[in-house]
Amino acid sequence: MRYLPKSPADREAMLKAIGLRSVDELFAPIPAEYRLSRDLNVPRQMAESEIVDYFRQRSRENGEGYTGFLGAGAYAHYRPVIIDSLISRGEFLTAYTPYQAEISQGTLQSIFEFQTMICELTGMEVANASMYDGSTAAAEAVMMAVRLTGRRSVVVARSLHPEYREVLATYATHQGMPLSVAGFDGDGRVNLKELEKSITPETAAVLVQSPNFFGTIEDVASIAEVAHKHGAMLVVSIAEAVSLGIVEPPREADVIAMEAQSFGVPLGFGGPYCGVIATREKFVRQMPGRLVGQTVDKQGRRGFVLTLATREQHIRREKATSNICTNQALVALMVNIFMTVYGKVGLKELAKHNLAKAAYAAAQFAKHGKVLFNGSPRFNEFVLETTEDPYAINKRLLEHKIVGGLPLKKFYPELGNAALWCCTELTTRSSIDTAVRLAAESEGPVRSPKEESGVEEVTR
Amino acid sequence: MKDRIRKASLQVNQNEGLIFEKSSPGKAAWKLPPLDVPDVDTSKLLGSSERRDLGNMPEVSEIEIIRHFTRLSTWNYAIDLGMYPLGSCTMKYNPRVNEAVARVEGIANGHPYQPEKISQGALHIFKTLSDCLIEITGMDAITLQPAAGAHGEMTGLLMVRAYHQSKGNARKKILIPDSAHGTNPATAAMVNYAVENLKSDSRGMVDITALEAQMSEDVAALMLTNPNTLGVFEQDIHKIADILHAKGGLLYMDGANMNALVGKVRPGDFGVDVMHLNLHKTFSTPHGGGGPGSGPVAVKKILEPFVPTPVVVTKADGTLGFDYNRPQSVGRVRAFYGNFGMFVRALAYIQANGPDGLRQTTEDAVLNANYIRKGLEGTYDLPYSTPTMHEVVFSDKLQAKKGVRTMDIAKRLIDYGFHPYTTAFPLIVPGALMIEPTESEPKEELDLFIEAMKSIAEEVNEDPQTVLGAPHSTRVSRLDETAAARKPVLRWKPAV
Repeated sequence: MRYLPKSPADREAMLKAIGLRSVDELFAPIPAEYRLSRDLNVPRQMAESEIVDYFRQRSRENGEGYTGFLGAGAYAHYRPVIIDSLISRGEFLTAYTPYQAEISQGTLQSIFEFQTMICELTGMEVANASMYDGSTAAAEAVMMAVRLTGRRSVVVARSLHPEYREVLATYATHQGMPLSVAGFDGDGRVNLKELEKSITPETAAVLVQSPNFFGTIEDVASIAEVAHKHGAMLVVSIAEAVSLGIVEPPREADVIAMEAQSFGVPLGFGGPYCGVIATREKFVRQMPGRLVGQTVDKQGRRGFVLTLATREQHIRREKATSNICTNQALVALMVNIFMTVYGKVGLKELAKHNLAKAAYAAAQFAKHGKVLFNGSPRFNEFVLETTEDPYAINKRLLEHKIVGGLPLKKFYPELGNAALWCCTELTTRSSIDTAVRLAAESEGPVRSPKEESGVEEVTR
Repeated sequence: MKDRIRKASLQVNQNEGLIFEKSSPGKAAWKLPPLDVPDVDTSKLLGSSERRDLGNMPEVSEIEIIRHFTRLSTWNYAIDLGMYPLGSCTMKYNPRVNEAVARVEGIANGHPYQPEKISQGALHIFKTLSDCLIEITGMDAITLQPAAGAHGEMTGLLMVRAYHQSKGNARKKILIPDSAHGTNPATAAMVNYAVENLKSDSRGMVDITALEAQMSEDVAALMLTNPNTLGVFEQDIHKIADILHAKGGLLYMDGANMNALVGKVRPGDFGVDVMHLNLHKTFSTPHGGGGPGSGPVAVKKILEPFVPTPVVVTKADGTLGFDYNRPQSVGRVRAFYGNFGMFVRALAYIQANGPDGLRQTTEDAVLNANYIRKGLEGTYDLPYSTPTMHEVVFSDKLQAKKGVRTMDIAKRLIDYGFHPYTTAFPLIVPGALMIEPTESEPKEELDLFIEAMKSIAEEVNEDPQTVLGAPHSTRVSRLDETAAARKPVLRWKPAV
C-alpha cells in the first residue's frame, strides 16, 4: 500500500522489538468473537490513475460545463489562482489546530489578520475563526443571545434562508427555545409591525438576513430599533459576503453571523464553507469558537496565541459556550487570502460588478416577467415571477447548458411561480440575454411596469 | 546539548509583519474584466444602504501576498515535515490525489441547488462513500451532513433524543466516562441532557459495577470512545451494551479513535447503536490548521427514521436523488448536504487503500503505538499497563520530581524537530503524555522520536533548566497566554 512507509522487514523487526510474534497478538485485546475474519466489502485497491479517472467521470455527470443563475446561499465568484497555490502548502494544509503556539505562528497570525478584516468589513469589534457555515453560525449566534439575555425565545424573519431556519429549528427544539416567524412585506423586507408583534418579554433575539434570501437589503436600523426597544438582541445573518463591498454593513446588529463562502471558497456542492460570528467586545466571553489574540513572549517579541479558551469545550466541558472543536480553518485561510487580494478597493469594484450584472438582468427579465420586491434595494439576486412554471422554463435553459433561477415554490408556496435569480461578476451578458430569450418564449412581451433601477440612466 | 538533536537543524527564517503593515494606497492584486453590461449608479440603486468606505482593508500586490503567506507558512510545523503525534487527533498523511480530485471542475464547482439530473456525479459519491462507511462501521444507515466530529455528536444525540421521545420519554441524562474528550459533555449540554460522569477502573476501562449502579431509565445513552482516550479497547464492550440495552438506553460511540479498528472489528458488531466518524482523522482529509472536518453519523436500524434530511435515495428510474420526506427526522443540522469536499477526499482514500490497505493501515497504526510504548517504557511512567491500541499514554510522574511537567517536555520536543504529543489529556492521568504516531511513520522516524524522548528524559535529570526554558529554536517561545486573555487584543488597529 503506497501510503504505508514500512517494509515487511521493518514490521518484523518492530514486532520482535515489542516481543510479539505476529500482528494478531496486537489485536488480542479485542474479544475474538468480534474480530473481523473477512475483507471489508469496499472497492478494491485502485491505482492513482484509476482514482483520477473515477472522479473525472463523476465530474462529467455533475454539471461540468454548465453556467447558471443559482445563488441562494452559495455563490459562484471567481477564485484567484493564488488561493489554491498558498493553501496547498503542506505547512498550512497538514497542520493541526494551533495549540502549540511556537510552531503554529503562521496559522495564528493569518487567523489574527482574518479576524481583523472581518471586523473591518462587518463593522463589529471581534470576530472568531470560524464556525461550520452560515447556518450553524446563525444558530450559535442565537444561542449566544439566549445566554446573554437570559431569555429563551427567538423571532426569525421568514426572509432568512429557509435552510438556515431549518437548522435553527433543529438546534432550538431540544433547547426549549420557542421560535416564531415574522413575514415580509411587498417590498421584500421584514414586516416591521409583524416583527414587533412577535416580540415578547421572553424574546432573546431577532434574527434577520441582509441581503435577505430574496436579495433584498433590509432596513437593519429600523429592525434594530424594534428589537432593542424590547430588550432583544439583533442577530444579522449575511449569506453573500461580497455584498459587504458596497452595501453598508449592519452596524446596528449585536451579533453578525456570516457565511464567507463568496470570498474564494469553491461552490463544492454545498461545502466545506466558512461560518463566522462577529460581535461587540462586551459579548466576547459568550462567543463560541476559536479566537486568536496578540501577546508577547518572554523576550518581548510579538506573537499570537489561541485565547479566551475558558469558553471552550476542552476546558469547560458541559459549561462551554459551544461544543465546537474542529472548525473550518483552511477555508478561513482561503477567505483570508481572497480578502487580501481584493482589499479595500477591489472588493468595492467586485461588488459593483455584481450589482450591475443583477440590475441588467432584472431589467431585461422585467420586460417579460414580473420582478418582485421592487420597492427596496437589492444586491445581486432578484425574484422573478412568471406565468409559466419556473421548472418548465429551467428545463428549456438546461438544454442550452444554463441552470436557471431557483424555483421558490418549495420554500415559499405563497410566491407561486417565482424563482430566485442570481448574477455575479462571472455572469456574462450573453448568458443573461439567452436566459431572457428562453424565458420569454412563454412570457411574451412586457407585462410589468418599467423596472426601477439605475440601469437606463447611466451609460458607460 | 545541541549535538543530541539529530532530526532538525536551525535555518534562517524570514521575518514578516502583518499584512496591514505592508498596505499602501494604489497597490492592487486584482483586475476585473471590462463590464459587459451598463454601469450603474450605485447611490441611486442602494440609496442609504450604499457603503462608501472599507476602512483598513489592505492594499497590496500579488507578489507581496505570495511572500506573506509563504513566509507565514514556514513558521508552522506540519505532517509533511515530520511526525505529528497528537493523541486522539490521528495526524496521518493527507494524500495529494485527494486534493487533485476535489478540484476537478464538476466536483469543485457544482452548485448545491443544481437539478438532480445534472448532480448524479455528486450523488454517486455520496452513495458510494455512505455504503463504504456503513460497511466499515457495521451499521445500517448513515448521514454525512455533520460538519465535524462535535457536530456529529450533536446529531447523534439528537437522534437518541428523538428515538426516546418516540417511545414517550426523552429521558434526562447521558453517561460519560471521565476519560472522555471535552466535546462529549459539551454536546450533551447542547441537546439539553444532564451529564453524569462515569469513573474508570484500575485498567482504565469503564467500571462495570459503577455503570450498573448508575444505569437507570433516566439514562438516554452512554457516550463511549472506543478505544478510549488511553488507547485501551473496552474489553467488556458487549457487557456495557447489554447493561444499557436492558434498561432501554443506547450506546453512542465516539469514533475519534476509529483508526485503531478499521478492517479489524466493526462497532456495529459489538453493540453500538450510533456513532460518528471523523473523516479528518481516520479517512485522511487534511486538518488544515483546525478544519474543515466532517463528522458522518452511522446508526442502527432503530435510529434510521430520525437521520437528518435530506437523505440520498435511489429513485424508481434508477437515478439518485434527495429524499426530504422524512417525517420523523431530527431535521437539518447544516445548510445543504455537509462538507462534500471532504467526502470526495475520504472516498479517494478508501479507494487508494481497498480492503487490504485499510486493514494494513490499522495494523501499522497499532504496531507503531506499541513500538513507541516499548521504546519509552521505563523512561516515562506508564500509568495503565493495559494493552495499547493506536495510542499510548504516559505520565510525567518521574520527571515531575525534578519540577519538569508534560508541557515542558512537549516544548523541548519542538527543539528536537517534532510536534509535541497531546499534553495533560486525558484528565484521568495527571500530567499525561498522549502519543498517537499513526500508520504514516516509518521505523526511522519512530526511532528518532524514541531517541528524542529518551534524550529529553536525560536532560531532565542532568540539566532541567534546558527543558524548562524550551523551546530554544523557535521564532517565539512561551508566549504570555495570561496577558493575552486578561487584556485581549483580537484584531490589528492602525497606530494613532
